[in-house]
Amino acid sequence: MNNDKLIIGGHEFNSRFILGSGKYSMKLIEAAVKDAGAEIITLAVRRANTKEQESILDYIPDGITLLPNTSGARNAEEAVRIARLARELGCGDFVKIEIMRDSKYLLPDNQETIKATEILANEGFVVMPYMYPDLNVARDLVNAGAASVMPLASPIGSNKGLATKEFIQILIDEIDLPIIVDAGIGRPSQACEAMEIGAAAIMANTALATAGDLPMMASAFKNAIEAGRKAYLAGLGRVLTRGASASDPLTGFLRD
Amino acid sequence: MENQFFIDSEHLSPEALEKKHRLENEPSFRKNHMEYMPGMEIIESDVCTSVMSQMNSYDYSAYTAEDVKAALEHTTCTIEDFKALLSPAAEPFLEQMAERARLETSKHFGNTVYLFTPLYIANYCENYCVYCGFNCYNHIKRMKLSMEQIEKEMKVIADSGMEEILILTGESRGQSNVEYIGEACKLARKYFRMVGLEIYPVNTDEYKYLHECGADYVTVFQETYDTDKYEKLHLLGHKRVWPYRFDAQERALRGGMRGVAFSALLGLSDFRKDALASALHVYYLQRKYPHAEMSLSCPRLRPIINNDKINPLDVHEKQLCQVLCAYRIFLPYVGITVSSRESAEFRNGIVKIAATKVSAGVSTGIGDHESKYSGKETDGVQGDEQFEIDDNRSLDKMYQDIADEGLQPVLNDYLYV
Repeated sequence: MNNDKLIIGGHEFNSRFILGSGKYSMKLIEAAVKDAGAEIITLAVRRANTKEQESILDYIPDGITLLPNTSGARNAEEAVRIARLARELGCGDFVKIEIMRDSKYLLPDNQETIKATEILANEGFVVMPYMYPDLNVARDLVNAGAASVMPLASPIGSNKGLATKEFIQILIDEIDLPIIVDAGIGRPSQACEAMEIGAAAIMANTALATAGDLPMMASAFKNAIEAGRKAYLAGLGRVLTRGASASDPLTGFLRD
Repeated sequence: MENQFFIDSEHLSPEALEKKHRLENEPSFRKNHMEYMPGMEIIESDVCTSVMSQMNSYDYSAYTAEDVKAALEHTTCTIEDFKALLSPAAEPFLEQMAERARLETSKHFGNTVYLFTPLYIANYCENYCVYCGFNCYNHIKRMKLSMEQIEKEMKVIADSGMEEILILTGESRGQSNVEYIGEACKLARKYFRMVGLEIYPVNTDEYKYLHECGADYVTVFQETYDTDKYEKLHLLGHKRVWPYRFDAQERALRGGMRGVAFSALLGLSDFRKDALASALHVYYLQRKYPHAEMSLSCPRLRPIINNDKINPLDVHEKQLCQVLCAYRIFLPYVGITVSSRESAEFRNGIVKIAATKVSAGVSTGIGDHESKYSGKETDGVQGDEQFEIDDNRSLDKMYQDIADEGLQPVLNDYLYV
């Protein structure tokens, strides 16, 4: 397990928990780092666009990789501009692309995401696109230079879990980049389930932010993600579909 | 009841007084409020028809406690559910509605509360809206700030830490033309992260120009969706044209604005019907422009200068809370703004349930931020303002109070792209 690293764009991480940006607070960042072991923390550039930004950026401990996102972008062009601004603000080369032109469900626009991924990858960004799990789009993202693919489990903030499980499984099976399940993970068991089927990491925010005891929930996520990862590496046992398997083989009567 | 609004100023000339009285007493003397004036852009849209047919057929007395219970149990709140939640039958369920509303608010907004402040740059007005302190027949001190004065005001506000500003004018194209407002937006971009506008409705190309000057949000209050009532309250001026006002948000979105805000002034007409229409105005426009950010406000009538006889039509705090909870349950993704017309106690309570944005450090007068901000908490109204506010907390005080409630005050979550 010690050699089991998460590798994104050539950078190595020990933790497979990434803190999302939706509901930000200092307490959340503290719990994510201390109790969930997060090494990557998402930061909405638009939220950092404040005189208060020093306090948020200052709070992020050394050794943590900032993952600025482009929330607020409604098309590829706006996402590219926000990503460049993030780089100017000193947020590093990582960028999570979020492009929404739907204010109700906040579902990502896959087509625009592909365009932005290509432009930003060419500019040397480590691009992590948030997307609706579609195999063809995932392949296009690979070709566009993405460093990972981040399919949604269910609508962002909904805590509804792996509603898109079958399609995420297809991405895991077919795409040679880390598949990071993003959005909709509401409880540790769902994070564990995603890791069991081979997800490379989990991004969550609301599930922690709205918990009764933040540090305890952060710790629960850490354990769940590690358990799921171990199960995946160990190789899950078979699941019997019809009761038990017959101890007397049905074909035992065959003589030659 | 209209007569309680009519105030004759002793400063009016005999001719002006005669015209005012004819407007008030002779419906045929008034222009057709459903007819566009020259220069007003007409857009093709079915939103108005959808909203008005729902509102006109809404019989809130038909809903029962069973309808309300069912509405609260449904995962998705339908239009029918929303109608039940707005009905008198829902009043006994206010606590349950508040619980559900709080859940929806936290799912979509977490525990954040956004802060902003309005800046009135002019109070000239060409309209006679009988309930408004800025109306053209009211004798108040009129003012229009120069660009130097605007910049001075903005500096004072920005120094207080505020990052979002809402620029307001009285509704006078003659005194405060689009270019004047555009220049104010350009100044505002220097001092603030986010710039909103609450001005008279304009055409699509003018919204586009104002967007290019730095504004990204447009607020237009319809006042009332009851067109007959609207006609009796808005007697003179371009604001009298009801349909041009209704389509303002759609023109703003077509002009490239990121977001639009809506409201009826609850208490002018039947508040349940106006609340239904306001929310459906948002609902149908969101379906047509899914990228747009939408928000609702919820002003009630408050006392105005020279007229202390107005009584809100039964919109007490309980009814207001019911409307806000119903808005939140029906439209969980929209912003809800509660202005300083409401008391500090009401605003402290409602941000825990449904509201996502509150104003702070508010003055509805013109050019008086320096005097208001230089002292401690102000304890009275200074100068001539559109209406009296109730909650006069400064930004610092509001910020601290929100944090003390266990919520997270946010000064900005926006980028101009």
